[in-house]
Amino acid sequence: MPGLSTAHSVVEPSALSKRIAQGIVILYALLTMIPLAWILLTGFKTPPDSISYPPKLVFQPSLEGYCNLFTTRSRQTPEYIAGLPPAEGMCDEIARSRNMVVAGPSKFVPRFVNSLVIAFTSTLLAVGLGTLAAYGFSRFRVPLADDLLFFILSTRMMPPIAVAIPIYLMYRELGLSDTKLGMILLYTAVNVSLAVWLLKGFIDEIPREYEEAAMIDGYTRLQAFRKVVLPQAATGIAATAIFCLIFAWNEYAFAVLLTSGEAQTTPPFIPFIIGEGGQDWPAVAAATTLFVIPIFVFTILLRKHLLRGITFGAVRK
Amino acid sequence: MAEVRLDAVSKHFGTGEAAVTAIAEMSLTIGDGELVILLGPTGAGKTTTLRLIAGLEKPDAGRVSIGGRDVTGVNPAERDVAFVFQQYSLYPHLSVYDNLAFPLRSPARRVPEAEIRRKVGEVARLLRIEDKLNNRATHLSGGQMQRVAIGRALVRRPAIYLMDEPLSSLDAKLRSDLRLELKRIQQELGATILYVTHDQIEAMTMGSRIGVIDRGRLVQVGTPREIYENPVDLHVAQRLGQPGINLVPRALLPEVPAPPGAHTIGARTEHVRIARAGHADGVGLVRWIERLGDQNHLHVTLRGQDLVTLGEPDSDLSVGDRVGVEFLRPLYFDAAGRRIAAGA
Ligand SMILES: Nc1ncnc2c1ncn2[C@@H]1O[C@H](COP(=O)(O)OP(=O)(O)OP(=O)(O)O)[C@@H](O)[C@H]1O
Ligand SMILES: [Mg+2]
Repeated sequence: MPGLSTAHSVVEPSALSKRIAQGIVILYALLTMIPLAWILLTGFKTPPDSISYPPKLVFQPSLEGYCNLFTTRSRQTPEYIAGLPPAEGMCDEIARSRNMVVAGPSKFVPRFVNSLVIAFTSTLLAVGLGTLAAYGFSRFRVPLADDLLFFILSTRMMPPIAVAIPIYLMYRELGLSDTKLGMILLYTAVNVSLAVWLLKGFIDEIPREYEEAAMIDGYTRLQAFRKVVLPQAATGIAATAIFCLIFAWNEYAFAVLLTSGEAQTTPPFIPFIIGEGGQDWPAVAAATTLFVIPIFVFTILLRKHLLRGITFGAVRK
Repeated sequence: MAEVRLDAVSKHFGTGEAAVTAIAEMSLTIGDGELVILLGPTGAGKTTTLRLIAGLEKPDAGRVSIGGRDVTGVNPAERDVAFVFQQYSLYPHLSVYDNLAFPLRSPARRVPEAEIRRKVGEVARLLRIEDKLNNRATHLSGGQMQRVAIGRALVRRPAIYLMDEPLSSLDAKLRSDLRLELKRIQQELGATILYVTHDQIEAMTMGSRIGVIDRGRLVQVGTPREIYENPVDLHVAQRLGQPGINLVPRALLPEVPAPPGAHTIGARTEHVRIARAGHADGVGLVRWIERLGDQNHLHVTLRGQDLVTLGEPDSDLSVGDRVGVEFLRPLYFDAAGRRIAAGA
């Protein structure tokens, strides 16, 4: 019978087709990693090496980019530098070789900390609110549920930057311009709609019987939610958190518009590096390299949840 | 353990055109320490009845009381019931041990861990799942899952156990073992149980009473014997008996002294007797003999109507024989399927 030939989905693929698939995946991964590798390498070049043509693949590694990223420097005459006491530390030495002296720490660390605080807090809020709202929509009879869900989604139907001017004016009125709180609220608001929709899908997949069983077993709804729903929604929550974090971490347009000092995040800060004292590509590359690390670590940490997959089969359908 | 009462409980689902009456004015009392069987076709409202008692559904009308307390508006957690779901719904993220311990660990109960270990061990032994305690709940066979689900109820001593076809996916041997085991537990503990089943033997042997439910109505409640021998209508008569009761249109059997208004005559297999021609209510043709070992099922055609009757295993009848058929204690039903008394 032709209708019964579903066995191919169960049979292990042949060694050859596995090889080919692996080859394609590795090739694609390598291709996408070229820009990242380029940035990583550039971070360890000297400024002249970074703009030499043809590009140098083999070069004398230097920490000049990282030094320039973390410090501010001022240009001095060679005579002045010769009259100074011996250089303290490597960065000072590198600076003097370029007729400069280290004037102090740069703003990179505070900007990076801003990014961490704003991105992680807004992700936590968006995922937390999103989980609760999604659970509510999934389990209770909410009046006008479909309209509300559509409304929530509709906030994503135009590019957020389209409302930049109203938000800018609103924030100025409310005193939220250039505050971490303002950026956290903004990113949470943008992300929460995505979180509600993604998580509603995941929670809809969790059969109600689990909570019902827990409630009969002596748990309140909230306790059942914590003990039974949350562990099973972990996969979805992890995936949603990664999406939200990536958005909040990388967001550029609002950050440029709404932050300039105190609350500035890393993305609008990076272009500033170029401006200070010529085109300092190694410093930009160093900043970008460091900027990628938190997302990278976060994704690796949550990988276990992402890969664990959704559990099928404990409820007979 | 406690007495559980349903008073004129009704439950509807949906609205307007799509409205379904799942339960209609059902009144039923499950006595303290009694095991009542709920029997009915699919969609009859058996699961809904259990869910109403558990508090997972709120009745549209009527009252539910447990141990004399009106619990109609009370949360499931505060009703002190245990539920074995038709879908076995083990917590897939927990091990078998943690599944069994889950009710005992509820914030409302706070049983000490040592006590939990003891109880879980006891129940696991009883249900023969001791060697599975460390498995993930999803790494079990269907029958093992069902036993864990039963175990999750048995670790507690609730006011009532609600069991929705708890043995349906077990093999025959395990099923009969557990049937006896459940019955024993019920008698030892004096447990109150409301038990849904499709299984004839479970219905006949386990319960002190059977409630037959059809389209949301409780049609008849009585001892298994009453339900079997004195069904109030055709529907109830057909629910029990394996093979099912023989139903013959009255018009085919003019010889039978049926009361006026009788439309259908029913006779259980053991009440259809192969008789000598002179004594018979009709003459039929043996069409097929099922030899089951301890007995035979004789399929006889009588005036175009198939009947099944029991035959002795050593009878010398063979296919094609003409035999007289006699009805002992026939049941009479009117055109609407209601039972009418014999010899009226
Ligand atoms: N949540 C619900 N929403 C709408 N209709 C429902 C719901 N639950 C049950 N019903 C309807 O109520 C009726 C009774 O259902 P119930 O599950 O109690 O049947 P059952 O006797 O347990 O059947 P089965 O033997 O198949 O398990 C059915 O017609 C069903 O479609
Ligand atoms: Mg059911």
